[in-house]
Amino acid sequence: MKRTVLIGFLVATLLLAGCGQQGSGGSEPEKSCDLKNPPLFEEGVLTVATDKPAYPPWFEGDPENYSGYEGEVANEVAKRMDLPIEWVVEPFNKSYAPGAKDYDFDINQITITPEREQAVDFSEGYFNNTQGVLVLKDSPVADAQSISDLKDAKLGAQVGTTSLDFINETIQPNEEPKVYDTTNDAKSALESGQIDAIVTDLVTTVYLRDFEIKNTEVVGQYPRNEQFGMLFEQGNPLVGCVNQVLGEMKEDGTLKDLEEEYLQQYLSVPTLKE
Amino acid sequence: MTTRGTGPADALEPSPGPGRGSKMLGGRAVLVSSVSTVLFFAVIAAIVVLAPGSEVVAERFFNPFHLRQSFLGTESEPSVAAAFLLNVYIFAISEVLILILALVIAVVRGIPGPVFFPFRMVAIAYTDLFRGIPLILVLYIIGFGVPGLGLEYFSYLSDVTYGIIALVLVYSAYVAEVYRAGIESVHESQNAAARSLGLSRWQSLRFVVLPQAVRRVIPPLLNDFIGLQKDTALVSVLGSIEAARAAQIYGASQFNYASYVVAALLFVLITIPLARFTDRLIARDKRRRQAGAAA
Repeated sequence: MKRTVLIGFLVATLLLAGCGQQGSGGSEPEKSCDLKNPPLFEEGVLTVATDKPAYPPWFEGDPENYSGYEGEVANEVAKRMDLPIEWVVEPFNKSYAPGAKDYDFDINQITITPEREQAVDFSEGYFNNTQGVLVLKDSPVADAQSISDLKDAKLGAQVGTTSLDFINETIQPNEEPKVYDTTNDAKSALESGQIDAIVTDLVTTVYLRDFEIKNTEVVGQYPRNEQFGMLFEQGNPLVGCVNQVLGEMKEDGTLKDLEEEYLQQYLSVPTLKE
Repeated sequence: MTTRGTGPADALEPSPGPGRGSKMLGGRAVLVSSVSTVLFFAVIAAIVVLAPGSEVVAERFFNPFHLRQSFLGTESEPSVAAAFLLNVYIFAISEVLILILALVIAVVRGIPGPVFFPFRMVAIAYTDLFRGIPLILVLYIIGFGVPGLGLEYFSYLSDVTYGIIALVLVYSAYVAEVYRAGIESVHESQNAAARSLGLSRWQSLRFVVLPQAVRRVIPPLLNDFIGLQKDTALVSVLGSIEAARAAQIYGASQFNYASYVVAALLFVLITIPLARFTDRLIARDKRRRQAGAAA
């Protein structure tokens, strides 16, 4: 009987916790944000987070003073808001944890999806992402030209990426994909032949091909209507300010210029057929 | 030493519930324990429910929709429950191999005589090394290092196999020490008696020492296996999707941690029977030894 009481209370605790209000998420109308007096995590400075290590060409230079595409986009946002920028570290898997965030926004190649918007807020997209497939030149799928050519490959991806969705939803391989903690682990697995191909964002695949793994080829890219957005704590009115600034940067061509400067060499890859 | 009951073992058995033993005391004990249980969990529940962020935590960790969906899986996210089968598979194979390898190491370490010195050295070095290195590092070294060597056969095993090898290497070092403690707890006179009856050294070990030693160390062995059950989750660093990884994939894609709660519950569910079984073995062993002392 004692045991029953105990289990009963455990269940009750879980239920109580489980029944707490649902759906505090959802997309509420954007709160207005005053650019002259933006609501900041820390007065007088724009605190921006990204993961560590941060990879080129998204981030280049030292962590106190990032450049690179995402680094410069954030710098430009800070400049236009007339604020100094301060970089902090936020692991991707923590970025959607409940509770207050200790930065203004996180910029870390995070794809905007409706599911994720239940838990956080995103800025407007600042980059149109496509998926890339990286193979060893002597692998069985080195000549792949279409999605169906990849069906029999052993594919690997990093955990938490939309590349994994791309594998499962679009390629639908016959063998379960391998999933790694970091791109580095996926790289080791590719080099030692544990997998035939790495699927990740196009820019990273080209970077790996050119600077990290010898004897590899990017067989193609595949657009899936994905955009990278900056991640905010849900309900943070600062999104409004950042969106205004991003809008200006799109209109006057700054965003395009940055893309050309940092990413151009990574984007010329044939598109995979169905 | 037994004042009531019919036999020593009977008297020492823990009373299964109220009604046995002293009735007056039993009734009050049940009342006190019930009230204390109620209070204890009420306080915890109150803290969880009344915390300022409880709504968000409930949504992010205990949302019934996400609990269900991560358990079952979707088109793009693997089912945590199905992935858990991989944990069970890894555990089952590793456990058998560990029991065998660890016993060999423990026995080798105990062989007397100068001729066997190098073997003892190897056994000692092995346990020192693999008890000292964190499992995750062994996993990385085996799982990414061996395939990189380009050896015939050995470099072309599956990542799950490398994971099992790493688990067996590390856990055998622990379990060998448990066996050794058991072997050393058997009094030397047992061995001497066996030898004086004409049993060889090996026969004495096999039929006299080991049976007693192993029985004594079953509870700590099971304790190590509960640890092993949980550590199967680490094999995912080599690429395969087990329950913890499936939970992580779901969490990262849906931005919700309910999948982690599902994985945690699955691990607890499989651990509890083993824990209770261990408790029963410990209780039985205690009864036997006390009965032996009384006789």
